[in-house]
Parts: sequence; structure tokens; C-alpha cells
Amino acid sequence: MSYTIIVFVKQVPDTQNITGDAMKADGTVNRQALPAIFNPEDLNALELALQLKDRYQAKVTVATMGPPSAAEVLRDALCRGADDAVLLTDRAFAGADTLATSYALSRCARKIGRFDLILCGRQAIDGDTAQVGPQIAEKLHLPQISYVEEVLELTEKSVKARRAIEGGYEVLETPTPALFTVIDANEPRPKNAQRIMKFKKARTKSELTAAKTSTYIGSESVAEDLEKQAAKGLLIQEWSAADVEADPQRIGFAGSPTKVKQIQSVVLTAGDYKAVDATDTGVSNLIRELIEDHTLG
Amino acid sequence: MSEQIGNVWVFIEQEGGKIADVSLELVSKGTELAAKLGVDVEAVLLGSNVESCCATLFQYGCKTVYLADDPRLEPFTVLPFARVIMDLIREYKPNILLFGATMKGRELAPRIASEKLAGLTADCTDLRIDDFDDKVNKKFYKNKLMQIRPAFGGNIIATIVNTWDDPQMVTVREGVMKMAEPNPAATGKIVRVNVALTEEETVVKVIERIRQEKTVNLKGAQIIVAGGYGVGSKENFQLIRELAQVLGGEVGASRAAVDAGWIDHDHQVGQTGVTVRPKLYIACGISGSVQHCAGMSESKKIIAINTDPAAPIFSVAHYGIVGDLNQVIPMMIKAYKAKA
Repeated sequence: MSYTIIVFVKQVPDTQNITGDAMKADGTVNRQALPAIFNPEDLNALELALQLKDRYQAKVTVATMGPPSAAEVLRDALCRGADDAVLLTDRAFAGADTLATSYALSRCARKIGRFDLILCGRQAIDGDTAQVGPQIAEKLHLPQISYVEEVLELTEKSVKARRAIEGGYEVLETPTPALFTVIDANEPRPKNAQRIMKFKKARTKSELTAAKTSTYIGSESVAEDLEKQAAKGLLIQEWSAADVEADPQRIGFAGSPTKVKQIQSVVLTAGDYKAVDATDTGVSNLIRELIEDHTLG
Repeated sequence: MSEQIGNVWVFIEQEGGKIADVSLELVSKGTELAAKLGVDVEAVLLGSNVESCCATLFQYGCKTVYLADDPRLEPFTVLPFARVIMDLIREYKPNILLFGATMKGRELAPRIASEKLAGLTADCTDLRIDDFDDKVNKKFYKNKLMQIRPAFGGNIIATIVNTWDDPQMVTVREGVMKMAEPNPAATGKIVRVNVALTEEETVVKVIERIRQEKTVNLKGAQIIVAGGYGVGSKENFQLIRELAQVLGGEVGASRAAVDAGWIDHDHQVGQTGVTVRPKLYIACGISGSVQHCAGMSESKKIIAINTDPAAPIFSVAHYGIVGDLNQVIPMMIKAYKAKA
């Protein structure tokens, strides 16, 4: 039999490599100046799914919620070995906190249909909350295993995985379907050259429509284009809130209990530190000062 | 319609009957929040044979301990814990629910928040009670929990408010709240909880569990000597260890040094590591990213040693030495040995 695995991924601004350009004069972050990347731990989740595909037979569907431009991470995933891709995009999803996001993604999973496993990265580097995975699990009434390092065994009924705990590890067994959040414990494979040739042409409906209006008015309708694209296996599914039958009250801003009251940027200003010479005398005086004020015993 | 507000709850994390420091830090902070709201701080304690923890919790300020003592609650797994806590929330309606932002807290809290349809803010570094005037939605909320956390890789600090029904839920970083002095005379009430679990909640089986107590105690250290990428190699880290040993301190590290494989993650200070506030923090070859500074800037005295005079670490330092740590550290060792 063949397994079905859903991998939820996110396109994030690269907050780990903030350069000079990315900071505005007032010390705040200029999000637009940051490159959009595949969230690192989501790549680990995808790698785990692809390993399962190699070991057993599995169909790997990658899905993301985001703006139309988030299709980029889906193309990336297809080039690495994913079989199918879904973009969940709708203005109505904007402003979602983790609760509204997990609800939307749980609706997306329902529409994908039967699955054995859902894999998510533990957390995304723009928020670092690690909440969406466990919340999707609860919404779908699935058992969850967080901080998964590797899958030891997958059968038709259950899965055994090793996961990190504080100061060690555990091996857990759970019936499937189940949801795992995955940590940085594997080496994500690079994009495959042959797959790049094929899937660089994968497009969403929005992308096809935009390309058509910007280049020429062809005789073919968008619908025909879509059909052709799908026949070649190059259509990235694009679903709206209505497509996944999401309750409008539970998505986006309306579905988010947490509100941001205030944002302050962290500006490290030059402080008044005492300069100490890197000489024996300088260091010796410093040590004496610290002993005298009882900082050093 | 003046509805009485609920109490402040703290989820107590324990391992083998030993309460995690972060839980006592949260009881201490919770006591402060509860006083401001005119309510009590209460503990939610789950495990097997953990009743002995209750006395400590009373001493730190808990008026009540909800005790769920059941063999099925050891070792910790998410589903049974979520069920028990969810049932307690429905019955007693707390106003605020605090979790440590530990591995356990960060997988348990979202599961509960999702079922309760409650807001949850991760990794808070400060909590306050204040009013929230939501001008966008034209609503005024009195005495809400201000949930303050770094976001966007530590480059911004956001204040978040939960505007839906209680409880207001947060996870709080370890080491950022100060632990109060225990009062040995304090007592309180134990409420025994009937643990009702369905088959569905006990499906996840622990087959194997390997765990060691941390050998590094950064949070408790009075002196920390920390090395960063500027240390240059695993071998060179010996110099950091040596200074730490001579001064009677612990060894810390920046993420860059940990990622380079020079030292174990247990030593990492900063946003993804431990938050520390020792008497003395010596940052050697650490550039001072926002993430690192977030974890050590409240140290009483900070000495920065760096070859780059423009390194941001100098902006949080009290003493700055522009120079090569390979020369400066031996000077420090020599000077200390001569004086001490």
C-alpha cells in the first residue's frame, strides 16, 4: 500500500541574516528588504517525508498558506521531490494568529482528504511560536508528537518515532493518522536537477492568469491553460477560504483572539562602557576593581 | 453583570517530583499579577506520586494546588495532560494560565489553547496587567494581561493582548522572571482532581526514554565566561573554560559557537538558549546579536572582549576591551591569580 503524507510549510522573511539594508533609519526592520526563504525546519519536515517516500511508498503533498508569491516554496518542494502542491491563499486569511492559521490549515488538510501523517516544521523563524503544529493536531483530533528527529517505523496502523526531550530523547508510538513537528535533525536534500527542469514551470492559477494578462491576449481561455498545465502535472492547486469551506468567523483577523497592542523595535544604542586597555596594566586594574566591588570573590 | 474574575494559574512542570525552576519563577510572577487583580495564584500539578511538591508550591505563594496524581500521567505525554487541564479550566475558569516555555510547555499549551479557542502567546519575557483600548475595534478591555515577547528574530518587542474569553494563556521563557523568597510558614489547600481519560487520550505510548540531568547550570551561575565565533576553534574554547574555572564560573556560548560545533547547546545563552543574569558576564569574541543580548543584557556587570571596536556587544557592556581574546584572557587569568 502507499502512504499519504501532508507537509505544511511556510515562506518566511530571512530573519536570521539581517543585514544593514534590512534595518530602517529608525531602527525598525524593513520586511520588504529581507529575502523570502523556505522556513528552515519545514525543509526538515519535507526531508523526513521524502525519506519515508524512499523507504516505503508514499505520496507527499506540500501545502502552504500565504500570499500568491508563496507559490515559490511549493515549486522548491516539488523540485526536491514532493508529488503535489497546494497554495491556500485568500485575502480573508490575512492577519491570522496561530489559532486562525491552524484552523485554516486544518480545513486544508480535510480537503486534501485521507492521510497517514501530517508533518510540520517545529516553528517558523519569523514568529518562533511552535504553536501551529500542535493546534492543527487538536483541530483534527490527531495525536501529536513534537520535536521529531526521525521515524523508526511506519506501518498501516501506527508509526514509531524518536523525538527530542529536555536532556535526552524518547521513542514514542502512536496510531496513524498523526501529526509530527520536526526539528533540525536531518540534512534536507538539494533540489534535483531533472525535477528543476520540469517543475520550474509549475504555476498556480493566479500566476497563469497574471502571465496571460501581462503578455498577450491569447485565444485560449485561462480555463484551457489550466487544463493543459494540469495535464502536464504542473498545476499548483490554489484554494480559497471558500474552497476549503472555512468559517469566515474563524479565519484571518476575525478568527484571531490575540491582538498586537504595541510594537517596539530593539535598538542597541551605544552605551557608556569603560574602555579597558588590552595590556597587563589595564586588565590588572580591571580585575582589582572587580575584586574590590565584590563582583569577583 | 459584574462577573467575578478567575484566578491566576501556573502549570507546574516536574520531573521525578522535582519542580522545574521556571514553574517557581512563574508562581512568583503569578503572585504579583494576582495581587494586582485581587485574586489568588494557584498551581496545576500533574504526575504520579507528586504530592510532596505541594508544600514547596505553598511556600512560593500558591493558595491552592489542583493535584492530578495518576500513574498514567508519568512520564509526561501531551494528550492526557491536555485533557486534565482542559477539564479543570472548564470547571474553575481561571483568568490567566502561565506555562514555562520549555519543550513540554511549548507542546502542551497550544493543544489546550486550540481546544479552548483561547489566545496563546509564546515565549514571553515580561508580563504586566494593564488596560487595552482597542481603537481599531472600538473596544475597551480593563485589567488585561500584557504579553510581552520578542518577535521577528528578536528584532522587535511586541505587546500582545488576548481579547477573547479567558483564560489568557502564555508561555514564558525560563530564567526571565525572578524567583521570590519562599515563606516556610505558608500553607494552602490541595484540590484532588479525578483523572478521567478516554482511550483516545492514551494512544501515544512511550517505548523508550533516555534522559540526563543537565550538567551545566547557567541560570544559577554568578559568573559566566562566554565564547562566540571569535574564539575561532573547538580547541581555543579551552581558554574560555580555563578562565571560567579560575574565576569559579560557568561556561556560556553564543549560538554561532554552538552551531560551529565547538560547544554543546546546553551552554547557549540567548533567545534560543538560556536567559541569564549573573553578577559578571564576560563575553569573549561574541559580536552581540540582538538574540544573544536578549539573553544576557541584564547581567550586573558585563565585560566585552572583541577585536572589532564596532561590535554591538560593546553597546551592552560595562567594560570594553578591544583586543585579541587569546592575549587578553591569559592576562586576566594571571592578574586574578596574582590578586586573589
